[in-house]
Amino acid sequence: MRDEFIHTATALLDEDPRVAVVLADISAAEFVGAARQHPDRVINVGIREQLLVGVTGGLAQTGLRPIAHTYAPFLVERAFEQVKLDLDHQGAGAILVSVGASYDSSRVGRTHHAPGDVALIDTLGNWTVHVPGHPAEVEPLLRAAAGHDDPVYLRLSTQANERAHDGYGLVPIRHGKAATVVAVGPMLDPVLAATDGLDVTVAYTHTPRPFDKVGLRALVSGTGSADVVLVEPYFAGTSAAQVADALVAVPHRLLALGVTRTDPRRYGSVEDHARYHGLTPEQLRESVRGFLAA
Amino acid sequence: MSRITGDEKHGPSATSTLDVLWVLYDRILRVRPETVNDPERDRFLLSKGHGPAAFYAVLAAKGFIPVDWLDDLGGRDSRLGFHPDGTLIPGVEIGSGSLGHGLGLGVGMALGLRAQGLTRPRVFVLLGDAELDEGSNHEAIAYAGAVGLDSLTAVVVDNESATHGWPGGIASRFAVNGWHTSTVDGRDHDALERAFTEASETGEPASQTGEPASQTGKRASETGKPSAVIATVERKW
Repeated sequence: MRDEFIHTATALLDEDPRVAVVLADISAAEFVGAARQHPDRVINVGIREQLLVGVTGGLAQTGLRPIAHTYAPFLVERAFEQVKLDLDHQGAGAILVSVGASYDSSRVGRTHHAPGDVALIDTLGNWTVHVPGHPAEVEPLLRAAAGHDDPVYLRLSTQANERAHDGYGLVPIRHGKAATVVAVGPMLDPVLAATDGLDVTVAYTHTPRPFDKVGLRALVSGTGSADVVLVEPYFAGTSAAQVADALVAVPHRLLALGVTRTDPRRYGSVEDHARYHGLTPEQLRESVRGFLAA
Repeated sequence: MSRITGDEKHGPSATSTLDVLWVLYDRILRVRPETVNDPERDRFLLSKGHGPAAFYAVLAAKGFIPVDWLDDLGGRDSRLGFHPDGTLIPGVEIGSGSLGHGLGLGVGMALGLRAQGLTRPRVFVLLGDAELDEGSNHEAIAYAGAVGLDSLTAVVVDNESATHGWPGGIASRFAVNGWHTSTVDGRDHDALERAFTEASETGEPASQTGEPASQTGKRASETGKPSAVIATVERKW
């Protein structure tokens, strides 16, 4: 996904004089060619994340469409007050593009993990959040984001599904009767494996914000059961309030799965970290079956 | 300013900036109430946000806001808060109050203007000496100096309110990162005007005026640098 981002952002720099890319050393080598072509619109501030987002806010206020990019913990967590004040409070939009989603940097350790990024963005108003589940989804999402001035968070991961899917809302992948399982981004393939043979609807989205509440109501109504399972690649329950709001008039049950709040203090592979948080297909299957049987 | 009441806690913060603000709006900034949305306008960013009474008074005196707005500071229906919100006040570029945000935004604005071929507008950012404690400023100072962001001028109003002070002087913090610096009496209008004018000329490449740098009165060695004007005023305590 990072390659698709760099390729698309480079193309956008050529095509659209409003687009600027702001970096804090991360991925700077990949933008060297673009920086030569557009020295005023490819800006590397060095290892300075507060400035990364501050500069992004200033660029947006002059009418440009800046894309700020680095690792999720530094982009969203370290510079969060800049995101809140230099973008949101100024009424300025930008595109924030992170890499490192949750535990992509599994062998690096907690310093480079940010499973709370979407929850933090949720404390702000009206951001669009894209969590692509396949590299081919990155280009159309980034191009669409470059076409307006609203705030967008694009969360890239090394984890990906086998296939890309179109559509901004909840896209039904499989139909069943016992529950609606919502899989966000790269969680789709684990969810499909986990629910193989179970009588459940599976819906996919790469855009959890704004959450497709109308779509969820339709799916629940079509499924005939008001049991909902959320499977998100960041903190478990991040979208629970969205589901509650969507189904405020419908008595329902919700199982919210995702990354747990516990720092496992372990290294290992991405698969190992999925296991620490109960997100392997086998663990997901057990959780879903337990929920349906309860 | 006597009409603006309710935020006396920030009195020293407000009065320290009054002369600097007046000289900027009266003699330096190329922005008028009619040009607050003109891309070619100069940008003024009140970074510290605290004690904006002097700022509001100057904006009213120069016609950016109605004078009667000054009578209701922080009221339920007022557009003027104890910290300014840029989206509510004509001519105010940024909302501020949390310290250490204006210089980064100013760097971004200067870069954004340059990227759009707008070489005439200048960006002035007003900070307090205590605000300089915030580390975010030092990210901006180091970067702006390194890339020679010459349309940017930082104005630091120094009333010695930083808890641990700035040994060696505030100007040295900017100079070491390649900024042009000057330190002047923050109550002397002519001295402030000279410092701001020199800062502006520092940022104008000779090709802009069609004359070599030596004929415009600026030193060629000083082109291509951001500028810092340290305006010293009486101590806060």
